[in-house]
Amino acid sequence: MSLAKRIIPCLDVKDGRVVKGINFLDLRDAGDPVEQAVRYDEQKADELIFLDITASHEGRASMLDAIRRTADSIFIPFTVGGGVRSVEDFIAILNAGADKVGVNTAALNDPELVARAADRFGSQCVVVAVDARRVRVGGEARWEVYTHGGRNPAGVDALEWSQRVERLGAGEILLTSMDTDGTRAGYDLELIRTISDVVSIPVIASGGAGKLSHLDEALTSGAHAVLAASIFHFGEITVPEARNYLAERGHEVRR
Amino acid sequence: MTTCGRVVVLDYGAGNVRSVVKALEHEGADVVFSSDPAVARQAGRLVLPGQGHFGQCIGSLEEGGLADAIREVVADERPFLGICVGMQLLYEGSEEAPGVPGLGLLPGLVRRIPTELHLPHVGWNGVAFSDQAVVDPLLAGFNASEPRYFYHVHSYAQLDVENCQVLGVCRYDVPFASVVGHGRVWGAQFHPEKSQEWGLKLLRNFARL
Repeated sequence: MSLAKRIIPCLDVKDGRVVKGINFLDLRDAGDPVEQAVRYDEQKADELIFLDITASHEGRASMLDAIRRTADSIFIPFTVGGGVRSVEDFIAILNAGADKVGVNTAALNDPELVARAADRFGSQCVVVAVDARRVRVGGEARWEVYTHGGRNPAGVDALEWSQRVERLGAGEILLTSMDTDGTRAGYDLELIRTISDVVSIPVIASGGAGKLSHLDEALTSGAHAVLAASIFHFGEITVPEARNYLAERGHEVRR
Repeated sequence: MTTCGRVVVLDYGAGNVRSVVKALEHEGADVVFSSDPAVARQAGRLVLPGQGHFGQCIGSLEEGGLADAIREVVADERPFLGICVGMQLLYEGSEEAPGVPGLGLLPGLVRRIPTELHLPHVGWNGVAFSDQAVVDPLLAGFNASEPRYFYHVHSYAQLDVENCQVLGVCRYDVPFASVVGHGRVWGAQFHPEKSQEWGLKLLRNFARL
């Protein structure tokens, strides 16, 4: 036995409300992050990620309340990312009951934030989100890091940045391909392979899951975990189906 | 539930342990979260959660008078469960804080996991139980033939898995003790409160001992 590969549903949350989430017909309130989180807990998801896309200050307070209520209701680890700027933001989110905090833009602006957070809370609490977009230089593929949901190039190479955040103390990398995100055509396997080859911390594959075989491909390419949103939300694939499929394909998953 | 069944979860500044309380409540336990040694002494059952550094944790317990309260509860044979660093504190010491004595309720030292793999060991890992372990009341409902996955987060561990106190063994490059028990004292290296159905089952068993 060794560490199980993880299946991680992701919920987009704005002002404490789910904006892109599961589509169970019997939900009383489809916008309530707690109710959705509990459904995924019942499906035996291995972890859960909340991506906070709130902009306003008031929205942040609602988010912390949603984190608190979720943490009280589910019994799996969960990560909150989006809009994290400082060690104080880490404290607020962890105190609300999240287990890990995701950072992207703030880490690019101030890489030492990763080190400060890892020193203070332990590297297992620090997830660096790397949003990468493919660029071609000659015939060779490379990936550039983007911020603001893939709009702004950070002028940093994804491979070098991943190695750097590992050295700074990141516990894992949430690796999203901005090219495949939302396409449902499969993860960027070359990106997954490239990054997981050069870091020893776990890589969570994100962006592009559309069917079961995509999950298998990502794990075979070196990912430790697969994140998916829409395939789970719309109920096309349930977490138990994904788990059984991956077990049949020879991946070690939680039983 | 009577007060003699009450579970006291010790609050000594060791990280975010709200989820331990919530998980026990979810399993129907009457739970109090307290840093008061007097409350700890009255516990029907005592839970010592833990996150962070061995030396700092034992320091806080000794200073706050909670270490003595723990010894009293254990001497009185009331059920006691240490979680994560809380389990490590049961031993005589740890490589994480050389020379600093632990609670000494179990013999042996906790060591840094000797591995080239990434530390901390974080994630869902399988724990195998021996035939003898599954008759332990904490593990009611578990089977020797069926390993279960639990969520682990740690860099240090009890590596002596031959000891008779070891109930469940996990492996991260090397084997380590993931569940231990001796009399009415138990320890779990993983986080049962984050380990979903089997973690909750263990807490339910503890709350009903």
